[in-house]
Amino acid sequence: MIRDAWLVAKKDLLIEIRSRIIINQIAPYTLLIIVLFGFALDADTETLRDTGPGLFWVSTLLVAILAVQRSVDIEISDSALDRLLLSGISPASIYIGKTIALYVQLIILEVGLFIVMLVLFDMSVDNYPLIVASTILTTLAISSSGTLYGVIASGVGVRETLLPVLFLPVLAPAVIGATRAYGDAFGRVNADGWAWLGLLSVIAIVYTLIGMLTYGKLLEET
Amino acid sequence: MANTAKQDFTTSQGTKFMGISLIIGIPTLLAFAFFFSPADDNMDDAVRLLYIHVPVAIFAYVAFITTALGSIFYLWKKSRWWDTVAHASAEIGVIFCGLTLITGSIWGRPTWNTWWEWGDVRLVTTLVLFIMFLGYLALRQVPASPDLRAKRSSVVGIIAAVNIPIVNRSVEWWENNTLHQQSSLTDGKLENLTLFTLFLGLIIIGISYLWLMTHRFRVGWMATEIESAGIAGIIEERLNEGSSNSGNLNPQRKEDIS
Amino acid sequence: MVFLGQFPALTGVTMKISQGEIVLIKGPNGAGKSTLLHLCAGLLPMRKGSGTILDFDLLTQRMELRAHVGLLAHRTGLYSDLTVKENLKFWATTYGASDAEIDSAMEVFGLAGRLESVQVQNLSEGQRRRTSLALLLIKRPSIWLLDEPYAGLDDNGRGLVNSCISQAAEAGSTVLIASHEISSIGSKRERTLQVKGGRIVADSQDGKEGHHYDP
Repeated sequence: MIRDAWLVAKKDLLIEIRSRIIINQIAPYTLLIIVLFGFALDADTETLRDTGPGLFWVSTLLVAILAVQRSVDIEISDSALDRLLLSGISPASIYIGKTIALYVQLIILEVGLFIVMLVLFDMSVDNYPLIVASTILTTLAISSSGTLYGVIASGVGVRETLLPVLFLPVLAPAVIGATRAYGDAFGRVNADGWAWLGLLSVIAIVYTLIGMLTYGKLLEET
Repeated sequence: MANTAKQDFTTSQGTKFMGISLIIGIPTLLAFAFFFSPADDNMDDAVRLLYIHVPVAIFAYVAFITTALGSIFYLWKKSRWWDTVAHASAEIGVIFCGLTLITGSIWGRPTWNTWWEWGDVRLVTTLVLFIMFLGYLALRQVPASPDLRAKRSSVVGIIAAVNIPIVNRSVEWWENNTLHQQSSLTDGKLENLTLFTLFLGLIIIGISYLWLMTHRFRVGWMATEIESAGIAGIIEERLNEGSSNSGNLNPQRKEDIS
Repeated sequence: MVFLGQFPALTGVTMKISQGEIVLIKGPNGAGKSTLLHLCAGLLPMRKGSGTILDFDLLTQRMELRAHVGLLAHRTGLYSDLTVKENLKFWATTYGASDAEIDSAMEVFGLAGRLESVQVQNLSEGQRRRTSLALLLIKRPSIWLLDEPYAGLDDNGRGLVNSCISQAAEAGSTVLIASHEISSIGSKRERTLQVKGGRIVADSQDGKEGHHYDP
């Protein structure tokens, strides 16, 4: 199963390398969101530093929607999904593989966004391990639930509007945790970031488990 | 409850009984809540709203847990009954959750001096739960085959309900950053009349939930019957397509038959 | 009874397909030929009716059936951003085939050389179908399902399809072809199913014409 999952993940990432959708279209979009927030908040640097963690994660979520849609589109556009089902790869492997690929793409986007934020908002990090740990866990929550909801919202013709409505609320608790952890790591907020990691781990693990268990059943009817 | 196949209305002995209890019960509850029971030392009259807010909140959770159970049982047994229960309960849960947020907000205003408090984790996560189940209802409306819809809704319902413990325990688990009333039910420090009104509230709201559920379930059941009838019609058409001049083999193929 | 969304694409299927049969599926557009093939691939759930292919029960064993099936469908199931070679490599690996087999399949179907590093989205319809056919050969399934295999192909391509079918037939594989372009495959063992309105309205195996199947 690991071998199969890895095969699927590599394939998705190879497709991304070939098509460069994330780099050419989605990455600029994240930059744009941050800049728009900068304008809209009409902010001085202090406000931006305070709101930075929140803006970061909101931008990430908005962009994750696009990445999820892309992940699903790849399989649906020429019915590659049928071939995938006939290939003997188990649905759980497909799920893990696609989640890994989505995860890698999101991490790359987040790293870029993070650097931009450090520069544009003039922020400094007190606690790098906390940043890394919370990013790892939150991105896992986003990619595991994203892969699952991508399938749930697909094939019924209203995907663009349905996916955000289903997907984003489910990640709200993760955003709360991630933002508090980031706030702590930037020294802006008096919260115990490490404690929030507990919440983030629970969310990430639960969503991954549910995904592995139900993805197969949901794939069947697409 | 399943005895509605040929009716086109959803009332029955049971619902009439419940309806009458509510007609009597709700004014009684309001009387007790707003007149008979004493004002609270700390909150004055604001406490009166709690007699509605607390039971409605509890039954919102009950409704969402019922949806989750219905979803789990549907995935297990593939039964239309459970799926209809899940859907009906979600709809009522959303209404009750909305009421919880509204009554909570009104209660909070004089006490906290604000209509909404972002720092309160339970408040915020209850709002999120509300939105999650709105999403569930949105998914339900999407045109798709009944099986597909039911399966996908079930997964969404289960995940949304999994967030209930996170909502409920958030106050104790992570932050003490809340303006939320600590649980005074278990304190045991409530006066008799206050306690009585609270329990009356629980009972009356409980009956409302059951009454609404019964009606909504029946409506949902009828909807699925109509849908099945519609599909049967389409099947009928398809069958007719197949039987018109069906013995029409291509004559030249006679020699191909071995 | 097989549904595509809310539409009953197949309303009555009762059939048994045995090893080594060559079956031609004919019928007007919209009759359900493609759906029947997808059903035989184990991709679609069947609500009512019965059918077996090579002892796999279509109601209960469709997952197990899949590994033995090769489907040439109308939609080619390739990743448009990847090149021909990358597609072949990926899918072949899932089938457990070796590099040598990939290379030889590419030779046979004229995909080697310049074409192999062209992205699928830049291929012509015929080239895509040939790639799909190549994958079928690489997978070497015991059941071949071909949905309008001649569509979009030139004479060369059609020749390839025919030789694949012959090879498969000789090897004793089971072949099901849905086509309204040919009236016969030219094999003695051939069987014809006539599909109309989602039902199999005639089966040459019965020796009788106009035999009706109950849904």
